[in-house]
Amino acid sequence: MSAVAVPAGATESRRARNGFGLLILAVAGSLVAYALQGLGLHGEVPSNLAVYSVLFAGASLGGWFVIRYTARSADPALYPVAVLLGGLGLAMLYRLMDERGRVDIARDQAVWLLIGLACFALTLVIVRDIRQLDAYTYTIGLAGIVLLLLPIVPGIGYSINGARLWVNLGFLQFQPAEFGRVLIVIFLASYLSQRRELLAAGVGRFGLPRVKDLGPLLLAWGTSLAVLLLERDVGASLLLFGVFVVMMWVATGRSSYLLLGIVLFAIGAYIGWLALPHIQERVVIWFHALDPKNVNGIGYQLAQGWFAFASGGMVGTGLGLGSPTFIPYVGSDFILAAFGEELGMLGVAAILLLYLVLIGRGLRIGLERQDTFGKLLAVGLTTVIGLQVFTIAAGVLRLIPLTGVPLPLVSYGGTSRVATFVILALLIRASAGAWYRVRKGT
Amino acid sequence: MDRQIRRLGFAFVGLFALLFAQVAYIQVFAADRIAGEPANAARQIRAEYSVERGQILAADERTVLAESVKNPDPNSVYHFIRKYPGRELYGQLTGYYSRIYGFSGLEDAMDPYLSGTSPEFTAQNLTDILLGRPKVGGTVLTTIVPDLQRVARDALGSHQGAVVALDPGTGDVLAMYSNPGYDPNPLSTGTDDQINAAWNALISDPERPLISKAFQELYLPGSTFKLVTASAALENGWGPDKSWPNPHVLDLPQSSSTLQNFGNELCNGGSTTVAMAQAFEHSCNVTFGEIGLRLGADKLSQQAFRYGFCPILPPDQVTCTQPTIPFTLPWNNGRFPEPAYFNENLPKVALSAVGLDNDKQNPLQLALESAAIANGGLLYAPRLVTEVRDSTGRTIKEFGKQDYGHPISVHTADEMRQMMISVVASGTGTAAQIPGITVAGKTGTATNCGPVPNCNVPPNAWFTAFAPAGSGQNPSIAVAVIVLDGGDLGSEATGGLVAAPIAKQVMHAYLKG
Repeated sequence: MSAVAVPAGATESRRARNGFGLLILAVAGSLVAYALQGLGLHGEVPSNLAVYSVLFAGASLGGWFVIRYTARSADPALYPVAVLLGGLGLAMLYRLMDERGRVDIARDQAVWLLIGLACFALTLVIVRDIRQLDAYTYTIGLAGIVLLLLPIVPGIGYSINGARLWVNLGFLQFQPAEFGRVLIVIFLASYLSQRRELLAAGVGRFGLPRVKDLGPLLLAWGTSLAVLLLERDVGASLLLFGVFVVMMWVATGRSSYLLLGIVLFAIGAYIGWLALPHIQERVVIWFHALDPKNVNGIGYQLAQGWFAFASGGMVGTGLGLGSPTFIPYVGSDFILAAFGEELGMLGVAAILLLYLVLIGRGLRIGLERQDTFGKLLAVGLTTVIGLQVFTIAAGVLRLIPLTGVPLPLVSYGGTSRVATFVILALLIRASAGAWYRVRKGT
Repeated sequence: MDRQIRRLGFAFVGLFALLFAQVAYIQVFAADRIAGEPANAARQIRAEYSVERGQILAADERTVLAESVKNPDPNSVYHFIRKYPGRELYGQLTGYYSRIYGFSGLEDAMDPYLSGTSPEFTAQNLTDILLGRPKVGGTVLTTIVPDLQRVARDALGSHQGAVVALDPGTGDVLAMYSNPGYDPNPLSTGTDDQINAAWNALISDPERPLISKAFQELYLPGSTFKLVTASAALENGWGPDKSWPNPHVLDLPQSSSTLQNFGNELCNGGSTTVAMAQAFEHSCNVTFGEIGLRLGADKLSQQAFRYGFCPILPPDQVTCTQPTIPFTLPWNNGRFPEPAYFNENLPKVALSAVGLDNDKQNPLQLALESAAIANGGLLYAPRLVTEVRDSTGRTIKEFGKQDYGHPISVHTADEMRQMMISVVASGTGTAAQIPGITVAGKTGTATNCGPVPNCNVPPNAWFTAFAPAGSGQNPSIAVAVIVLDGGDLGSEATGGLVAAPIAKQVMHAYLKG
């Protein structure tokens, strides 16, 4: 009825059209990658290509319909980019596991992708406005911390490869920290949106925050250290603290929080260095992976990762035609190296660009949101994904010491896949809400 | 807040720029160095085995010397396996292509073409990537004539030795076989244990089948070196009819030792003088010892070097540091001492003039000398590969014949040819006669004893020849044969008895075939 409603409606349908076009491209790209993997490995397309295509395309379209009917004006790029990353990841996992005679693992990951899409749809259906989440600040915060520390609980928590990240509920094994992180971000967005003026206003000596305002920062630092020392998970700890500092900084606009964050990070890293021998080893490997005495020993994984990248060169060997299975745990931490070998520098650059698009769209939603909670939530969720991508990619590329975090949507890991889809659902909900609010307001 | 969000965006762009930079460094700028690390060998070998390597074909463009076929085991990480249908017949030419022991022979020398990595393939490789076609290496065409190669093998029979046959007009290697040969198949396919077992058997074999007696091992030339000494004499203006004193034995200067004719026989029935042509026909050591001494070390060495012998300076430097005539495969040129070696050691000049002392050669070296004489004095480097074709059949690389210059003049070549015809017609090489075809040749019987006098080790028998050698005819084949340890004649063996019949069979097969 208003003059603005017409162009807004036009925007909506244009976005939907663009989104659908992108989705078709993403599905096609994913299926072509799957077919090429089969061709490269065995000289023929995978025998279940038709079934897989129907399921993959069907599930992807299902997700799109849910967006279409519950979040009409949502951001058009986020979902197709996520589908493409997920599809490329599945194609690569199929290829890696097939060569090891474990196609069943790849099939499990495909099921996890379906579960992820289901949770994505569920999140969109349940959370009709992200401001619903603003109402339960401390409940969500507490739940987040519980999930983060759940693996420590004797009896249900257990370790794999030295990191105590896992919870076994008998019928289900998962990494609760992946969800804990999402809840913590919601909590922080809620908490900081209420306190940001207070936190920003107080200025102590040397332009630093007042001691009494440091509580939240120190609490987050303590939690991160607990995750590091009790669960021995460097990646999760780093991610948690990084997201916290970024959100503090964005909420208050005070660079001194960044500075303090870096100092606390340095102290935490030093404590970790002293307390955990495997962190010291990680640093040694980082510097000396290719030394002759390490290259077939402790540096083997990183060295093989580098060899995979280098052997791929500019354009790669072609999908299914390289030897990425020389890399231990190539499906989880080192899947980017597998892409590096088979798709070359151009392929790796394309995948990193897809993530950059995700990050860009996420931050864009933060800019467009009119409410502080929405802004902080979008920024926090985006930062979770962005920092995760950087941490694992830089670790594999030997820019920083390696910390095992999954490459979101792409690498092996059921919990991470589902959690990332929940994050995307929240971002998409936030994007729809923002424009909805703008239209209503005028 | 919005300012911080924008800055956060820039920060992420910055972090990702670091990632891009590092990716470009590893995958492009430092890629070759990193991928070439020894610790990455397993991946490189697997990569090589997933490309369909090109074929190696004989001169008929049909007979397959080496080819890649799809691995019948679909689960193997090695997508192709390398086959050598001719087994030991071409083994020393193709070499092996082993994931454990690397490459040798043409597999090594032609690797950039066979694997499709040479610059000539750049355009095709890009097209293949764009069209999603699997990469296929180039086909290497050789000069080997399969029928002749088989004749060479059969003619050698159970004798340890080697045969080389060249086309004098091009240097093309028509046949090159050394017995015992080896089958490259077990080195190239099979389990690691099988490959290791095959390798260990080959390297512990005292007959050294991995090393070709045709072009890699070196032996004393014996009387076949008279080709060089006679050439030097003719180039010096001393004609075939020039008379030389004919003592029973030659007293060597500066010493009490003597040089005898083969079997201590009299040359030309013991006449007072003998013409060089006669001495050549009957291979008189005394005469050629005299000729060598009269020529002097300088002229003799220079003639040897012009034929492609590599200068050495015994006893300290006996390996070749400045290779002369090039060849596709790593080969050993003949060896002859530099003039400085003979300073104040004249007896060695006489010994060297009859192919003893530090002279060294193999059948390929000898065949090149015959080929030069047959070709009017113009020497062509041996050629084993004529061209490389890509998978569509397009020629992407041609190897022309390579002129190595004139070791002797046209005139000298003609005189040499006449003397060599006499050797086969009525001299030491009559066993090489082919009815209806003029054959020119030279025998050699070289001691295997080294400096030990009167030992009982049977000699190596040599023969080299070319045909048809009639006046006005252009010889189409030059051969050289060595039979080690006298073959089945043992100590009674001579080049004329043991080696000449083998050379005859090969030439006959080629000319009548």
